Amino acid sequence: MRRVVITGIGAISALGRNAAEFWCALEQGRSGIAPLESPELSTLRFRSGAEVRGYDSTCYFAEKQADYIDRFAQFAVIAAREAVQDAGIEWDQASRESAGIVTGSCVGGQSTEDIGFVELYQRGRPRVNPLTIPRIMGNAGASQISIEFGITGPAYNISTACSSSNHAIGQAYWMVRGGGAEIAITGGSEAIFSMGFLKAWEAMRVVSPDTCRPFSKDRTGMILGEGGAMLVLEPLERALARGARIYAEITGFGMSADASHITQPSAEGAARAMRGALRDADIAAEQVGYINAHGTATQANDPTETAAIRAVFGAHADKLAVSSTKSMHGHALGAAGALEAVATVLALRNGVLPPTANYREPDPECDLDVVPNQSRKADIEVAISNSFAFGGLNAVLAFRKYSP
Amino acid sequence: MPDQLTERVLKVIAATQRISPEKVTIDSSFQELGIDSMDGINILFALENEFDITIPDDQAKQIRSIREMVEGIQKLVSQSPGAKAQEQ
Repeated sequence: MRRVVITGIGAISALGRNAAEFWCALEQGRSGIAPLESPELSTLRFRSGAEVRGYDSTCYFAEKQADYIDRFAQFAVIAAREAVQDAGIEWDQASRESAGIVTGSCVGGQSTEDIGFVELYQRGRPRVNPLTIPRIMGNAGASQISIEFGITGPAYNISTACSSSNHAIGQAYWMVRGGGAEIAITGGSEAIFSMGFLKAWEAMRVVSPDTCRPFSKDRTGMILGEGGAMLVLEPLERALARGARIYAEITGFGMSADASHITQPSAEGAARAMRGALRDADIAAEQVGYINAHGTATQANDPTETAAIRAVFGAHADKLAVSSTKSMHGHALGAAGALEAVATVLALRNGVLPPTANYREPDPECDLDVVPNQSRKADIEVAISNSFAFGGLNAVLAFRKYSP
Repeated sequence: MPDQLTERVLKVIAATQRISPEKVTIDSSFQELGIDSMDGINILFALENEFDITIPDDQAKQIRSIREMVEGIQKLVSQSPGAKAQEQ
């Protein structure tokens, strides 16, 4: 099987419009969580989100093009453009045919759907916009990326709630590793700040009224986020042959299903996914130096994830650094794993671990080294990135610092 | 005999949990009625609709029993704008 490396990254999020701005904020421990931009959302019980503030689609798309693409798929395209340019890909017929795209999105064109329903049910209009379907479909991001670059190889979207983009990146990794594609653009995107959807989150009573404090005893829940992140994956040999810059190697992917409860997490399921990623990467638990945690800051997730990490890593759990970058970019649902993959890859490459921001108070049930509030210099060989979804579907990626 | 409000709360719990109303008393535990955390949140939603009230998150988190649920609803109903009008 082929070794697979990451040669390009792109990210648009509450932390900035590109991967450099994203990393800059992570390194400084600066959170993108802020009061919600839209005054219409002021009736919600929670007031904060990690939004791409001041986003103007006309900076990225012609008006006609933007009409056809929902905000979530726009984020996918913007991140893909950056990752492809960053990787220095020069397309020709053969590379377009052998390239694959695997995206993750939990809810697709949520805001377009909301607008359609308001027209129908609130304004009493008899029809909705005919572009509604092509805008809301979950695969719109993957499709728009394929159109953008003329990529004609395998392309699809995965929807597994908060694990969507980890599943997507894992599938893309396996596809490139096994020879099913010569290059892959993979990641995820999400744009969820519409009233109908936020009301549903409010009803679940898991969103914090102020901010996201993962692993902190006084945590009060998650903070929703939006954005998109993409990675370019290539076989090592191809990357070397064209003299590409290599960010890191992707070495393992593990999945599991809890098969227990539709919303309550299971430490056992999470642990099985982490073990699966280590096994797939053929690495010992003791080699792992950093975990980018799922770390949502809900009452249930953080102690469960801590227990799962202890179950997998045993005594080594006390030597690991574990941080939740959701404290800064929010929980972008189907885009979360992709943003966190970019964070993990850059942590390996730059030798700096992003912190868990907004941390205040140790919790005996979350007694790991969570890199509180300040980033830390650390030369790490192997890192994993966790995503555990509602529905009990878990996906874990393993990355390694590149060395020939 | 439970008062009218208590009876309404118990009825809502039974209906939401899809169990027979006779099984639900003010002293039933969440465990014996099979109410997990998501069920609990679903019941609070039904109670908000039944009594036209809003249950704040911090109060919702403190509820550990059906008795606490009833007491919390009593308090919120007595504070709601419609309560005074009904009394008069």
